[in-house]
Amino acid sequence: MSEKRQQSEDKLLEKVTTTEYKYGFTTDIESDTIPKGLSEDVVRIISAKKNEPEWMLEYRLKAYRAWLEMEEPEWANINYTKPNYQEIIYYSAPKQKPVLDSLDDLDPEMKAMFDKLGISIGEQNKLANVAVDIVMDSVSVATSFKEKLGELGIIFCPISDAIQDHPELVQKYLGSVVPARDNFFSALNAAVFSDGSFCYIPKGVKCPMELSTYFRINEAGTGQFERTLLIADQGSQVSYLEGCTAPMRDENQLHAAVVELIAMDDANIKYSTVQNWYPGNAEGVGGVFNFVTKRGICYKNAKISWTQVETGSAITWKYPSCILKGDNSIGEFFSVAVTNNMQQNDTGTKMIHLGKNTKSTIIAKGISAGKSEGNYRGLVRISKGATNSRNFSQCDSLLMGDKCGAHTFPYIEVKNNSSKVEHEATTSKIGEDQIFYCNQRGIGTEAAIALIVNGYCKDVLNQLPMEFAVEAQKLLEISLEGSVG
Amino acid sequence: MLKINNLKAGIEDNQILKGINLEIKAGEVHAIMGPNGSGKSTLASVIAGKEEYEVEGGEIDFEGQDLLDLTPEERAHKGVFLSFQYPVEIPGISVSNFIKTSINERRKAAGLESMPAKNLLKMLKEKMELLSIDKGYLSRNMNEGFSGGEKKRNEIFQMAMLEPKLAILDETDSGLDIDALRIVANGVNKLRTKDNATVVITHYQRLLDYIIPDFVHVLYKGRIVKSGGKELALELEEKGYDWITKEADKQWA
Repeated sequence: MSEKRQQSEDKLLEKVTTTEYKYGFTTDIESDTIPKGLSEDVVRIISAKKNEPEWMLEYRLKAYRAWLEMEEPEWANINYTKPNYQEIIYYSAPKQKPVLDSLDDLDPEMKAMFDKLGISIGEQNKLANVAVDIVMDSVSVATSFKEKLGELGIIFCPISDAIQDHPELVQKYLGSVVPARDNFFSALNAAVFSDGSFCYIPKGVKCPMELSTYFRINEAGTGQFERTLLIADQGSQVSYLEGCTAPMRDENQLHAAVVELIAMDDANIKYSTVQNWYPGNAEGVGGVFNFVTKRGICYKNAKISWTQVETGSAITWKYPSCILKGDNSIGEFFSVAVTNNMQQNDTGTKMIHLGKNTKSTIIAKGISAGKSEGNYRGLVRISKGATNSRNFSQCDSLLMGDKCGAHTFPYIEVKNNSSKVEHEATTSKIGEDQIFYCNQRGIGTEAAIALIVNGYCKDVLNQLPMEFAVEAQKLLEISLEGSVG
Repeated sequence: MLKINNLKAGIEDNQILKGINLEIKAGEVHAIMGPNGSGKSTLASVIAGKEEYEVEGGEIDFEGQDLLDLTPEERAHKGVFLSFQYPVEIPGISVSNFIKTSINERRKAAGLESMPAKNLLKMLKEKMELLSIDKGYLSRNMNEGFSGGEKKRNEIFQMAMLEPKLAILDETDSGLDIDALRIVANGVNKLRTKDNATVVITHYQRLLDYIIPDFVHVLYKGRIVKSGGKELALELEEKGYDWITKEADKQWA
């Protein structure tokens, strides 16, 4: 490599490391915060603050006691200093009464913040055809289109409201796919979650709009533990999207969420995530620790499709999974995971085939730049009874520069001989030749990288709802600005 | 339009171009011929601005500005186009998307709005007819799974869409059968105007049967050792390069 080229690479790498995180501001909103630390009392306080019924408190306490006996997992290919769980604030809520009758009544500071984040929560959403639930720190602050959805029998509300208003549904399904004891972080979440979204689509109803939850961590020193529970009853259909951002802070903020999806017979759930938590600065100071458990269960002929675009967080530990319980059910996982600077991720999926003729597809695209480490970890398990099942997996890695790493850990277990599993993997670098070719056509290096990356991710981006695909594309460009290899 | 003055360039310590002088005026077609390894493709890459080549001296004046001061994309914006000998693949990006990006980046650099979709579509259609390209081709990914001939035709198609002032065709004939060669050459001829210029780099006379040059230059060991009219190409076809290269070697010895 010529010296000149080395210099230009260094220059570009320097530029990457100084690219600012756009959402790193904090908002001055009065909040109701409890003292830091975790104990049975804290669990009781959270439950009391939410006026929860006894069964909910019991659920939390059981989870808390289980958590006390669990160890933080160490098997993932990530390095970080484990959080001190007694230094975290487990509950912080904007002082304003959480759920408003009209979005026009929203605290102006908060409204300004959402404007800055580019989220419209007002009636203009009618045009975009998106209903939004907004969770700030740990509390849902606004939900739009509740009434319109209500006419179809669709319930879309903060999970804390659902606990009050629809206890029969919550009690039946909460923890049914991700039990509290499933893992260290799911137990923690079950003990302290303060809010999240709840959604129920009745039998045969096709949800007429995108449902969306927007998560924001604002308060310093807080952890965010949200809980999402989505139930699609027989023959129903829904598309759901979540987005996340956080301010830039020097400390690591913990985010340990749990998402459970239930797709009854013939139901169809599409769940998309654009994850853009603060990734920390170029030296790896600060950033969100993202330890998330996402899992869905498919009954007969049902389908769950996970799509994720992951660009944020200092650490990501996340494996959106499908349990294909019913015959002929389908699970899909489409992922673009970007790491830059000092980011590390260990992400992938689990496809558990139990029913006959079940099908799963995994398309995972990793992009590593800077000094980051990207890992794909996936499990395809085809049980004895899951005859004639099929899986197709494709795991691609794209490297930028020579200081990053990409690793793939696919696990495949097949227990019958009528099923078929395919796995493809590639690793590539953005070639100088590709960039020069684009340059020669008048496309500058930044735009060329954006173009090449978009081409590489096309199969995944195509899965996102239209309006978010554009957002995701922009986000990819920002995340990779300047990272040429 | 283009005036190359004593250009010296190479890779690392290996000097490949040892003092090139060349002047090209609007409306002209120049052919650059020469044996393998004489520096033909290096010259094309240096004009386009490929970074791995170190320029050690000289200048490339293009309409009053030294191209060596510009990035490759700035050169493209000024109207320099290189048809690659080995066009690269860009997976997942369609031909139409790539061309759209290319056109709009150039317009952006000139302070213009993006080209309206309607105009773009109309232009794509016209140029496709010009080069006998079928419609399905636009939605294929850039050079992915293209045959050698399709790749070259794709280069000329981009040239037609970008309407450069100076087009350099680097071994555009290599890997083409006679029918593909004729289509590509016809396309190039149709794109000729009194305001643009073309440099055809080729090893063989064959292409010059279709694209008739005004001037022919022989490049050998990094220098232009002989220039002449179109008849020079025919002479080379008949006699080979030996008579010129031996002469040059004798002179340099």
